[in-house]
Amino acid sequence: MNAIRVIRPGFQTTVQDLGRFGYAHHGVSASGAADSAALRAANLLVGNVENAPALEMTLVGGAFEFDSDTVIALAGSDFQAALPLWTAVEFKAGTVVRFGASQSGARCYLAVRGGIHVPSVLGSTSTHLLTGMGGGALRAGDILKIGKAAVRNPRREPTRPPKMPANLLRVTAGPQADWFGDDLYQGSYVVQEESNRMGLRLRGPAIPSPAGTMLTEGVPLGAIQIPPDGQPILLFVEHQTTGGYPKPANVISADLSRVGQLRPRDEVRFELVTIDQALSLLRAQEQWLYSLI
Amino acid sequence: MPSAYLSLRACEAGGDDKITCTVRIVPASDASLLVSFGNEISLETHRQVLRLMRALAEPSPGIRNLHPAFASVLIDFDPRRRTHAEIESWIRERIAASADAPETESRLIEIPVCYGGSFGPDLEDVARHTGLAPERVIELHASVDYRVYFLGFSPGFPYLGGMPAELATPRLPAPRKRVPAGSVAIGGAQTGVYSIESPGGWRLIGRTALRLFDSKADPPAVLQMGDRVRFVPVRELRD
Repeated sequence: MNAIRVIRPGFQTTVQDLGRFGYAHHGVSASGAADSAALRAANLLVGNVENAPALEMTLVGGAFEFDSDTVIALAGSDFQAALPLWTAVEFKAGTVVRFGASQSGARCYLAVRGGIHVPSVLGSTSTHLLTGMGGGALRAGDILKIGKAAVRNPRREPTRPPKMPANLLRVTAGPQADWFGDDLYQGSYVVQEESNRMGLRLRGPAIPSPAGTMLTEGVPLGAIQIPPDGQPILLFVEHQTTGGYPKPANVISADLSRVGQLRPRDEVRFELVTIDQALSLLRAQEQWLYSLI
Repeated sequence: MPSAYLSLRACEAGGDDKITCTVRIVPASDASLLVSFGNEISLETHRQVLRLMRALAEPSPGIRNLHPAFASVLIDFDPRRRTHAEIESWIRERIAASADAPETESRLIEIPVCYGGSFGPDLEDVARHTGLAPERVIELHASVDYRVYFLGFSPGFPYLGGMPAELATPRLPAPRKRVPAGSVAIGGAQTGVYSIESPGGWRLIGRTALRLFDSKADPPAVLQMGDRVRFVPVRELRD
């Protein structure tokens, strides 16, 4: 059997794909990889379809034994694996890959040629930690079968993600943008410990609460909501599907992957862009990923 | 750049009470549009939301998720495949095409509830706050049909409308760290059922054995928006 044995799971390692869509009206957000660009790149490097299930490690990685000859790729942050990132690497059966604590951002992805074979739940293999959909975080001793998601040869050349401005998140105006001044764009905000796949709590200069009252409404991925204490909450991949706090801004699609790499104590600033600018930044990212096919 | 306001005559209530309403469609992000029907909680607005949800139910390329709420629907789409302008005209078309769609019959779902005791540790507090006997709190709570306005916040959680005003009780000063799934609770002027175990600040008055959310089922949520719900007092918690 072609499989991966989990020797040590790491701090929080889950199986992820690009998300479970179509269930928000049941209260279930899409979930999926926190850094979707890294997951896609890792899959494309090993010759998989981009949506193949892969491992998402958080802050501290695990140790994994491969019982057959295989090809893997690591993408995202450097978790001290003694293997190059952004490169397909070939292995002999019996190889153990050990990860340590992150040297850069919050998440590292491990894609294996063929993908990880786990049952699809409501159309996705993505783990939703809140409900346990798609399984939970990996545990020592778990055996993960390798699937058949390979569609082309592994890529021989390594790649590099495009350069991005450090600590700057671009946002478009949120539905209640005209309730707020430009306070969000003045200071920098520090990611708090109580941050996870559901959301990132930020702390910095308080944003004055607007006077208006609003009804609970649907919230998109990347929404920045301002509760009465004025400290922003950035809603992330396992976010609540509706919310009642006003939202001055929303992180652009092209920068969501970098949100997935933010760690507690990281500092971020926000810059307002237009939707057209957001879409052209997204196109640039897509061109890079397309070049890996 | 947000703020495309549309005035639509297509969303009549149907029958005799024809109304003209204003629909506001604004981008909520570079991958979503928010359609809103005003700023009030009412059965009328709920019907507009329900009608739009039905109109958008047919799959369309690049549509990822629909998030209904009291008076709005958020539409998530794949910005690599669709533009805001396309989605906006799709919404407009679908509203127009569904203007004459008949209202569908709403289902009545009975939820058996074991009130009080260890399942409803806050029943006495609710009785004290409302000045009612605990038996009267139960009787009132189980006396009406509630409307599922929408499911949101957490998986399978129903926002219910219609609780008798006498039962309104403020939330706990500090939320509990863990509220068991199936807990029936009052929070301010609202009542609800915790669909999964989660933290929560509402007053717990009972519990149901009915699992409102089952991640292994499709659909995973037992209730759907538009359903009517009635709580039926039972002596024992049984599946």
